Amino acid sequence: MEIQPILAALRKHKIPAALIVLEIALACAVLCNAVFMIGQRISEIHLPNAIDEQGVADIRVMGTDPKLATDDVPRNLAALRQIPGVTAAAVINTMPLTNNGWNSNVATQPQDVMEKDSPNVATYFFTSGGEQALGLRLLRGRFFTSEEFADSKLASNYIPTAHVMLITQSLADRLWPGQDALGKQVWVGKEIHFTVVGIIADVLRPNQNGEGLAAFHWAMFLPLSPGPGGFLNDYVVRTSPQDRARVIDAAKQKLAALSPNAVVRGISFTDVRDKFFATDRSMIWMLVLVCVVMLAVTAFGIVGLTSFWVGQRRRQIGIRRALGATRAHILQYFQTENFLLSTAGVATGMLLAFGINLYLMQHYQLDRMPWYYLPVSAIALWILGQLAVLGPALRAANVPPVVATRSV
Amino acid sequence: MFGYYIDLAWRSLKRTPVLTALMVLAIGLGIGASMTMITVLHVMTEDPLPGRSAHLYVPHLDPLPVTYQQPENAPEPNDSLTWPDAMALLRAHRATRQAAMAGGTLLVTPQRANLQPFDINGRYATSDFFAMFGVPFMAGSGWTAGDDVTHAHVVVLAESLARKLFGDANPVGQTVELGNNGSAPNEFRVIGVTRDWAPRPMFYEDSAGKPYSDADEFFLPLTASIDLKLDFNGNFMGWGRGSGESWRTSPRISWLQFWVQLDTPEQVKAYHQFLVDYSAEQKALGRFQRPATNAKLYSMMGWLAHENLVPDDVRLQFWLAIGFLGVAMLNIVALLLAKFLRRSSEISVRRAMGARKRDIFVQFGIESALIGVAGGLLGLGIAQIGLWSIRQRPDDYAHLASMDPSMLIGTVLLAIVASVLAGLLPAWRACRVPPALQLKTL
Repeated sequence: MEIQPILAALRKHKIPAALIVLEIALACAVLCNAVFMIGQRISEIHLPNAIDEQGVADIRVMGTDPKLATDDVPRNLAALRQIPGVTAAAVINTMPLTNNGWNSNVATQPQDVMEKDSPNVATYFFTSGGEQALGLRLLRGRFFTSEEFADSKLASNYIPTAHVMLITQSLADRLWPGQDALGKQVWVGKEIHFTVVGIIADVLRPNQNGEGLAAFHWAMFLPLSPGPGGFLNDYVVRTSPQDRARVIDAAKQKLAALSPNAVVRGISFTDVRDKFFATDRSMIWMLVLVCVVMLAVTAFGIVGLTSFWVGQRRRQIGIRRALGATRAHILQYFQTENFLLSTAGVATGMLLAFGINLYLMQHYQLDRMPWYYLPVSAIALWILGQLAVLGPALRAANVPPVVATRSV
Repeated sequence: MFGYYIDLAWRSLKRTPVLTALMVLAIGLGIGASMTMITVLHVMTEDPLPGRSAHLYVPHLDPLPVTYQQPENAPEPNDSLTWPDAMALLRAHRATRQAAMAGGTLLVTPQRANLQPFDINGRYATSDFFAMFGVPFMAGSGWTAGDDVTHAHVVVLAESLARKLFGDANPVGQTVELGNNGSAPNEFRVIGVTRDWAPRPMFYEDSAGKPYSDADEFFLPLTASIDLKLDFNGNFMGWGRGSGESWRTSPRISWLQFWVQLDTPEQVKAYHQFLVDYSAEQKALGRFQRPATNAKLYSMMGWLAHENLVPDDVRLQFWLAIGFLGVAMLNIVALLLAKFLRRSSEISVRRAMGARKRDIFVQFGIESALIGVAGGLLGLGIAQIGLWSIRQRPDDYAHLASMDPSMLIGTVLLAIVASVLAGLLPAWRACRVPPALQLKTL
């Protein structure tokens, strides 16, 4: 196919050509960024969380006397463990993805705790058996011993008096990149530190801290024995997925009977997760809708402009046909023309897409768009252009050669 | 002449129904998407207390030590006041009205036998709260400054809560058990019932709340809440080492919101000076370490901007919708161009019969406007569907998404302006068609 005559023809129709290029550029820029945002949210929704998500339920008791918690908690746990189907139960300060977070800045050296870039970490405290109740997966080291649970009370600074902690793999990598975190010290305040006794698979924190997806897995776990305070309200109950609904009902009834003045609520962890990501899910659907409609609108534009163009050049096509051009030649001509325009559009669009991405990175804490979005969206827009031009091009190819001899 | 142009435009549109439908659809989708997001942004940035907001201000002090490092994404501790500072500003009484407040979630233990205990959100405040914000009362009234001093156990309920607890009986004078901690129920005497009142956004809440869906169902004296050590909601930010006092009254923990009413510009200036003087005095006493000029006074709208309540998602969607409108407009330009230039022979005939360039331009301009009106009406429908779908979403602001009359008119106007603008280039191209050249081929 000769490109020279196409370029010459385009030069004579600057405005329609420029419009198609602009249209594709704008579509490419918006599309790249929208698809990128969709991808980011999907990966967020599917972030791994190394607890037994299918089997865990959270029963919360509110409104009991904080002074009596020392006696209430063991009594309630004993009652929960008696429910058929319950394999483990413990009390925890808060659950992942509940938006109720206990966060601390930590460091590997005491003087670094107050530094600006010290990682902000979610803190979980649970009572004996919490690792089974949650289904934590130990990667290295060990879980807590019964003495470590018994010796740990909540101090007035809201930090347990324990000396040991479990941390997630992601936090270990953040604090000691390339080193073994086992046995090292984590400082939570200038005077408070804990020894890492175990490294566990990544567990999500109660809420995202605005520090990007990497920080979503920064969590530490401390042992705690039931004591006065009244903040240990979340009973984690583990069961098999098929027993879960029945166990939640039974647990709610039992705990309500034990604390008649309290409010008892129960929720399965899968519901907690669905609730947490509900807004992201609705945002994804909205972005998908926008992309689809925008592609459709762009395609309409291309169809409209090309058909107008074909109509305008009926005589020219007729002459070419009369001079011996085959239908395939005419079809090819319009498709090459569209390919050239699309390429110009995609090239402009990529620059625009990167510009928008840079702006979003600065203002909305978005990550850098990976390079492969550009070829993918370029190919998508090429295909779209070729499909849009197909109808008008076929009509052009069907122009009979006699048109050339008429009315000249 | 105008009627004739409309008639011509109408005929022309009818002649190419598919192209016309495409254009109306494109503009409708563009307008619909952008109006949906503009409406959401509009309702989220509205003045929560029209008529009163211009006189409401937030004092902002800076008691943080020089060494304090603000964590990157954490709320600023200065956005709230410490107990000693809030009490000092209250006692100074330099504004027309002033109130300190904090949110709380408490368990209510109803006396009705068939009702289980439940939690409610409310606010601990000082007495000026009601008069300053103009909270509408149905029965009774708020408490007095005297009740603040005596730490009275009184409560004001919102209408919905009063109805839930007492049915149709008059709740004023009854007692409510709040913040039951298992052993000692706290009894509060009901002294007033407000109409359900929830300004949007909940401007007086701190950044831990959900400003587009939270509502306060009870109000009780801040002093009583301190006595009873009631739980509180919201940001609790501390710095430095404590010295054994209760966190609620610590000079190193900020947790209280503070609002003042200032009626004249002179008063505003004087109050700002007072804050600077107060900070200087505290600095001289060794409590504050930073420059006294760090003390600020925010107007209500300035405060809302400072708190940056509109979520990033909403802003992103807004820009996406605007980009989408741009794509749609570009399409209309393309389609109109195709349509107008296809009628080159018609234009030539009219030009040859004496039509001026201006006449052609006006005629095609009217045709574009007609498409704009149709697209605007379609866009209005699409925006309603869009808003409906947003109302189904789980976000905090979702229930606010609906249009007021000004937005309705705005939609149609935007559509017409967009399509006339989009029609300008094609109409200009069309009126430049030379008369003679086209006539020859007819």
